[in-house]
Amino acid sequence: MEDNILEIINLNKNYDKFKLCDINITLPRGYIMGFVGANGAGKTTTIKLIMNMIRRDSGKINVIGKDNIKYEIPIKNKTGYVGEQPVFYDDLTVGWTANFAGKFYSDWDGAAFNELLTRFGVDKTKKIKQLSKGMRMKTALAIALSHRPEFLILDEPTSGLDPVIRDELLDILMEFIQDERHGVFFSSHITSDIEKIADYVTLIDNGKIIFSEEKDKILNDWKLVKGDINKSDDYRDDLVGLKVSKTGFSGIVKDIDAFKACHDMSLLTIDKISLDDVLLHLAKKENQK
Amino acid sequence: MFIPISNNNPRPLYEQISEGIKTKILRGELMPGDALPSIRQLAQDLKTSVITTKRAYFELEQQKLIVMRPGKGSFVADYDVDEITSLSLRKIQQQMREIVDEAKRTGVLREDLENIFYKILEEEYCGR
Repeated sequence: MEDNILEIINLNKNYDKFKLCDINITLPRGYIMGFVGANGAGKTTTIKLIMNMIRRDSGKINVIGKDNIKYEIPIKNKTGYVGEQPVFYDDLTVGWTANFAGKFYSDWDGAAFNELLTRFGVDKTKKIKQLSKGMRMKTALAIALSHRPEFLILDEPTSGLDPVIRDELLDILMEFIQDERHGVFFSSHITSDIEKIADYVTLIDNGKIIFSEEKDKILNDWKLVKGDINKSDDYRDDLVGLKVSKTGFSGIVKDIDAFKACHDMSLLTIDKISLDDVLLHLAKKENQK
Repeated sequence: MFIPISNNNPRPLYEQISEGIKTKILRGELMPGDALPSIRQLAQDLKTSVITTKRAYFELEQQKLIVMRPGKGSFVADYDVDEITSLSLRKIQQQMREIVDEAKRTGVLREDLENIFYKILEEEYCGR
């Protein structure tokens, strides 16, 4: 398993009021990883560390099999990055911006860029400030894709975009991953996007990785348990992130068989889980600590 | 290739995909030797993850319905009809046993069980 497109080993970063603690993430080539977590959980900090935009305190990051600091230039040549808010010059045109960005890459493919723009419906002669949020993201994505990267890193690419554009973006990512040497790492708090196309999901909360696993395994293993309010205390210890409302309670369990063995299930409902349920309940558990 | 998958279906996605393809094979819509879409292509078409379609294909390969040739793609296998039939009969037998067990445990009468069974048969096979 040495052919990982991204490998993060015991990564640490301390700020005064926030710290990233022993982050470990591995993404093999050929797959998409969704990086989820609440606002302020550490998603952007992690991504900036991968891109070597901020300095790490300790740990190791390998991108495309190489140390991200030592081999920064060759790695960036092969990495497409779209930040949360693409930084462009507002008064200049899309075409100028691409021309400018292209100069930094040895494999810049202007024809591919023009093709992508046409496909995305972005007018090259427009000034950046005239573009809508969706168009801006598409421009950034077109730039990120036009130097033939192997690895795409996207920080919240879908936030603030309408469902149609989000769907188009997912399509583009799926297309990118048709080449099994490619990989995608994208953060989002729109869990439905991740639920659709991600192969792996990493959940971060308060600077710590809660899990980093195959998505199907997460969605299969965890179950949502619901029941009547006056019984909720019986289950408090065995359910994760117990939520109590006026009429009922809900919580999640990882090992439903073990749970079944020690509880009377006749009064409970077991449900398939969504990524949202996992996030809501796990985040709740963290708050209770 | 259209494969009906639904988020409302309680069965896992990979199973829905493998069952969908299996049905097409057993009905003869896909013949031995026919090429299947690549794992990645299918994932894109169905908007699912690559791991999900991969798992679906592995399931089918285990049932000897398809063969996966690295670098070439996946093809419908020259499957043994009898073997497939006996496999699915065995699976059905096991599922029925589970149903009967469940009925016994909850005190459902044999007669009621039979009635349910015939009623379902009536509904499912009626007019075919």
